[in-house]
Amino acid sequence: MDQVITILVDGITYASWLFIVALGLTLVFGVMKILNIAHGSFYALGAYAAATFVAWFATLQLAPSLSLVTMFLAAVAVAVLVAPLCERGLLRFFYGRDEVLLVLVTYALFLIMDDLTKLIWGANPYYVSQPYSLFGNVTIGAQSYVGYDFLLVGVAVIVGIAVWWGLKRTRQGKIVLAVIHSEEIASSMGVNVSRVYTLAFGIGIFLAALGGALTAPMISVQPGLSVGVIIISFAVVIIGGLGSIPGAAIGALIVGLARSLAVHTAPVAELFAVYVVMAIVLVFRPEGLFTLTRARKI
Amino acid sequence: MSATPSQGSIPVLRATGLEKRFGAVVAATEVCLEVIAGERVSLIGSNGAGKTTFVNMITGYIKPDAGSILLDDRDITGLEPRTINRMGVARSFQIPQLYAELSVLDNMLVATACQDRHPSFWRQARSADAVERALALLARFNLLEHAEQRVAGVPGGIRKLLDIAMALTVQPRLLLLDEPTSGVSVEEKFPMMDIVMHALEQEVMTVLFVEHDMDIVERYADRVVAFYSGRIIANDTPQIALAAPDVRRYVTGTLH
Amino acid sequence: MRSLINDPPIKTPPPGVQRKLITGVALIALLIAVGPFLPKWLTFLITMAASHGLVSLGIIFLMRGGVVSFGQGLVFAIGGYVAALAFVKLGFTDAIGLTFIGGLGAALVALPFAPLIARYRGIFFAMLTLALSMVVYGILVKTDVLGGSDGFNMGRPTLFGQQLADILSGYVLYPLTVVISGAVALAARVYFDSPRGLISLAVRDNELRVEYLGASVRQTMAINFVLAAFVGGIGGALTVLSLGHVNPDFSYWTTSGEFVFVAILGGYHSVLAVFVASTVLEIVRSFSGLYFPDTWQLVLGVFLLTVIRFLPHGIGSLWSNRELFKRKGGEK
Repeated sequence: MDQVITILVDGITYASWLFIVALGLTLVFGVMKILNIAHGSFYALGAYAAATFVAWFATLQLAPSLSLVTMFLAAVAVAVLVAPLCERGLLRFFYGRDEVLLVLVTYALFLIMDDLTKLIWGANPYYVSQPYSLFGNVTIGAQSYVGYDFLLVGVAVIVGIAVWWGLKRTRQGKIVLAVIHSEEIASSMGVNVSRVYTLAFGIGIFLAALGGALTAPMISVQPGLSVGVIIISFAVVIIGGLGSIPGAAIGALIVGLARSLAVHTAPVAELFAVYVVMAIVLVFRPEGLFTLTRARKI
Repeated sequence: MSATPSQGSIPVLRATGLEKRFGAVVAATEVCLEVIAGERVSLIGSNGAGKTTFVNMITGYIKPDAGSILLDDRDITGLEPRTINRMGVARSFQIPQLYAELSVLDNMLVATACQDRHPSFWRQARSADAVERALALLARFNLLEHAEQRVAGVPGGIRKLLDIAMALTVQPRLLLLDEPTSGVSVEEKFPMMDIVMHALEQEVMTVLFVEHDMDIVERYADRVVAFYSGRIIANDTPQIALAAPDVRRYVTGTLH
Repeated sequence: MRSLINDPPIKTPPPGVQRKLITGVALIALLIAVGPFLPKWLTFLITMAASHGLVSLGIIFLMRGGVVSFGQGLVFAIGGYVAALAFVKLGFTDAIGLTFIGGLGAALVALPFAPLIARYRGIFFAMLTLALSMVVYGILVKTDVLGGSDGFNMGRPTLFGQQLADILSGYVLYPLTVVISGAVALAARVYFDSPRGLISLAVRDNELRVEYLGASVRQTMAINFVLAAFVGGIGGALTVLSLGHVNPDFSYWTTSGEFVFVAILGGYHSVLAVFVASTVLEIVRSFSGLYFPDTWQLVLGVFLLTVIRFLPHGIGSLWSNRELFKRKGGEK
């Protein structure tokens, strides 16, 4: 029983973290039809920025709980400063190209950003674990869990609701949905598609950076962060269906639980359980769980 | 123009009780049609009447909800387009389905290669005999002078002809042409159909063609089948079918 | 009928496959002839470029059918592991034999997946192949018998029953790799220009028409997938023969990324271009290791972006089918 709870708790906290990151990925794909490999680099950037901000904040001697705010600000900074630079300065020159070629463009961006991150922050790890102890421990059954992990669940729920509300209930959001549905129709109705792109990319990157920022206290921030997160968030959005928000949630849960199940029952399978699940889903639902297939007219 | 169908011969195509719905839209209902070897049958009807759905069901692109399609005496209902094609049914498309990057000749070679049951891994696709056969077919469609041009650069009428020529590499017994003259200017329509019909004359071939231009229908069809909201509302010689009140009301728009 | 071919509308046919093959054989002969005079680092560089180039050539098989595999590291790894295992566990040491065992092993692993993979296109194809390669990576890392994440070493192979002295081995493996890679490259050219190769190109542009012309799109894709695995497996085996070592990173997605990089850089029109691209990558890799070790990925990224932006059909478009590319460019 305890093991079941442990698997569930681990799976759900992991899924929350994954959801935050994958939501950004799926949003960018939905709007721009770009499967962004560099998403992981923005995640790493968020983690580094948070590490820097939190370390700087610690020198101010203010209330420790405010360090959470600085982490949030770190993600905002990445989204506001770096995302538009990449989108306006680079990606837009490749719009309209083949989807697979666009993946390669973002792969190039990933390579570049990885080295730039290393140039700025060096190869040595950063530790900013102060915020991790902010919430103490929580005991469920015989096991005790770090309270900070549950913060992730909360943030994931808030982020999910915020994005859903933003899309369904605001004017901007409806415009974004129109672009997701059909860019051609949206632009013929006077929607400024390139603005929507910039906006969606910014939000997507914010979510990646937020995921990274929230993770920073839990790990040592060092090179290689980006590589690990990309493939697993790809798995999430592929399972859920590219461009689908509920898909990202379900995908994150499936991946989170599958991984946690593997970690606790068959550690050997940890590294590939996720991909096996993804392959199985693709076999039965070639377009993922939440995508409709379209017929072609001749 | 073509061999008149001999009475009592076995039909090449026999469609019975075809039904197809897309949600609430009835694309085909109670569709029955027999076509005899060598016939030239024109399928007419306004947009959405079910002509192309019929063509798509015969050629396997969509599967009917009910009913059966027999080619000679073999059941081809719901088979893959590829399989049906190999049994001798070919089609052209309303929008020509060509390889814009390749030359006209290479498009024909694609058709030749596809039609081979066991395409070679090592022989050259541009082998002398394949090129010769392709050019011979192009010649029948007056396309020789365009053979080395990229398809992306040739006019629409040429593409239409090439689309049909590619379908012919299979040497089909039954050929379905989906609006062969659509997108072709009025002056070019008759010359183009002359080329097509002349090219088809050289083999015993049964032809079904979807057409909107009644002058073309009258001149080239032995028989007219008119569709209206998924049903066949007339099936007769052009003179009789085109004069029928239902056809004039729902298809040609000459009766109000 | 014959007169038709000589009619004025038919201009000079494009350079036949024979001419390309003769050029290829000449190049292989040249590379072998100059081998003894090249510095050791350069022959090693060419050896790596040729064997890695084969894996990228495998991706070209798929690209000509319209899909790109992001998991080609998988067959690279299988080829490498199978060859190394045959050497270590079975005591089979012949270099040529090991190469083909590697290729066959990769093809056999790919075979059961081929009909499944053949259903996918675009991003889904890329991601599914990537997932497969990561599954294999995960398995290899956790398999202690195979050395886990460290992999394992293999000794010097033999050739025609002869032991190769350490000093000699580089000089033998270099021409061997050049000959085998060259032979596979020539075979690939023949295949690309065959009816099957033409059908692949047709699948790339319009699957529907291919089906309506009586050919099977799935079969075409499946065959290309297995052939790509065979070619990539040979590349993996050749790499391991020269390196004397194999590890799970062969199957990691960033390794696959480099193979895709080379395939895009070369473009799918020219076989030679793939090997040129592969050589370019190896040169950048070794020089960056010397002069800018911290920014080599950055250089690679900028390079890739430049190619995609300004040379979308790869460096092969600089010399093959010039007319085609000009027209395509004008059309867009």
